[in-house]
Amino acid sequence: MTFRPGRILLHVFLVLTCLATLAPLLWALYASLRTYDDTARNGYFSIAESLTFDNFSTAWTQADLPHYYLNTLIVTLPALVLVLLLSSMVAYGVSRFSFKFNLALLMLFTAGNLLPQQVIVTPLYRLYLLTPVPGWLSDSELLLDSQFGLVLIHVAFQSGFCVFVLSNYMKTIPHELSEAARVDGAGVFRQYWQVILPLCRPALAALATLEFTWIYNDFLWALVLIQTGDKMPITSALQNLKGTFFVDNNLVAAGSLLVALPTLVVFFVLQRQFIGGLTLGATKG
Amino acid sequence: MTALQSPPEPAGTTEPSSSSRRTKRRATALAPRDKLILGLMLGIPALVHIALVWVPAFGSVVLSFSSWDGIGGFEDIEWVGFQNYVDIFTRYPRFWPAFQHNLIWLLFLLVIPTVAGLLLAVLLDRQLRFGRLYQSALYLPMVLSLALVGFIWQLIYQPEQGLLNNVLGTASTDPVNWLGDPDINLYAVLVAAGWRHTGYIMLLYLAGLKSVDPALKEAAALDGANAWQTFFRVTFPVLKPVNVVVLVVTVIEGLRAFDIVYVINKGRNGLELLSVLVTDNIIGESSRIGWGSALAVILLLIALGVIIPRLFQVFREEGRS
Repeated sequence: MTFRPGRILLHVFLVLTCLATLAPLLWALYASLRTYDDTARNGYFSIAESLTFDNFSTAWTQADLPHYYLNTLIVTLPALVLVLLLSSMVAYGVSRFSFKFNLALLMLFTAGNLLPQQVIVTPLYRLYLLTPVPGWLSDSELLLDSQFGLVLIHVAFQSGFCVFVLSNYMKTIPHELSEAARVDGAGVFRQYWQVILPLCRPALAALATLEFTWIYNDFLWALVLIQTGDKMPITSALQNLKGTFFVDNNLVAAGSLLVALPTLVVFFVLQRQFIGGLTLGATKG
Repeated sequence: MTALQSPPEPAGTTEPSSSSRRTKRRATALAPRDKLILGLMLGIPALVHIALVWVPAFGSVVLSFSSWDGIGGFEDIEWVGFQNYVDIFTRYPRFWPAFQHNLIWLLFLLVIPTVAGLLLAVLLDRQLRFGRLYQSALYLPMVLSLALVGFIWQLIYQPEQGLLNNVLGTASTDPVNWLGDPDINLYAVLVAAGWRHTGYIMLLYLAGLKSVDPALKEAAALDGANAWQTFFRVTFPVLKPVNVVVLVVTVIEGLRAFDIVYVINKGRNGLELLSVLVTDNIIGESSRIGWGSALAVILLLIALGVIIPRLFQVFREEGRS
């Protein structure tokens, strides 16, 4: 390779930009690895006397983080499965058949996906307050303050995006495939389940990655629709935990990083899917 | 990414021209059982979506003409016409500041992260050693929730202990209260929000740049265009659809912004946003449903300004075919 000053300048610029981008996280990591005594004496902007994982274990046990991770899991997993299932069914219907209402239905979902949550949150809160559910589903006996209600709104709200992405994707699958299955006597559900859905695996993987991150990161729905602090998913719980358990910066930093951890892991392991999902959602087909 | 953009290629594909004709025939030839199943497959998800998204959205519009404190049933709702809107525009001291903050929010996101994201995308859209690594680092903030971004940046903005004042050397002498000073805290928060948004914009432009035909650039180069001319006259016009997406995504993100200001100071003291005012009517001190709904409708009207053009963009081709 020849020596090109332009290239080197470009690399220098990009390295500096990347470091600046990562700086807030690195700063949080640094603070989280130091002891309270150390930072109390020397301030945070100083060379660490020693590094330790103690803050992480303290944050983990004191604030009972496993409990909140579990709360998130109870909401995120069913929501994820349901939203992909329901959205793929709608996408199948509108992309493989030509009903008159297809365009209207697709527009409804696409527009729904673009609404700011605050546009619907006030009546939704009222609706949840008025809707009884059986006691085995929620101890509040209402949709309000129930994790079931939280799952429902995630499914309803996120299905807009998923229907849009999946219907575009399914349009690229040749009609001859489901035709062949139909000739072999497969009903519409079998065509969907055994022919179309397996072909959508890349799109489903991308959406699953993206939706996991989005549902995990939700703050507003849980803040408004869950009233018992004990039932809060972890992203919304952090607000309460700060001040009660996470009193110093070291613990806030450790707690924040622990909350970020699942999404960071997803990003590092499934980055291609994550990026692919966003690209699919932005471009058309 | 590449795997996703290329459609699956099953074996035995015949010419596509026959498929549209066949679709029509099949739609009429559905067995009753299949019709029922399809009805359920479309009906259940549509019902969930409509009941929990569109009914409440419509509810906001209706309730915005009412005065209701939420106590008692629907019969206690008093209809007041446009009174809520009149009061919001003329008598509510928090509205115009919030409106202005939202406007600044949108303008900031539309300028700084967009330009930065486009620049980075152009720089990274070439064969570059470590290119993937750079991209990963720049995408990383995207996976964090805005609430978490708020927590992490508080560690930077704290007056005495924060990174920023220490780097600037003002921590011990005259510390700037980045998040507490209502004159500057909005911009401090915007830097944090922009930090997360830039990677997203970069991603959208990178995907757009990949679809620019290299032959166009070569032709421009042969005609003697320099890099600037090639970019502004050839590449950028091709990116027009991406620009629309960036605009839509940014405006919607801007209107949805809530978490970050809420975790910092519950959206007060210089950080008021329309989204905060709406939420305050549910979980805040007052429970004025008509009032909160009227605020939501204002938010909706602004959002429709980009939702409708976006729908036109997406479904124009559909209508033609």
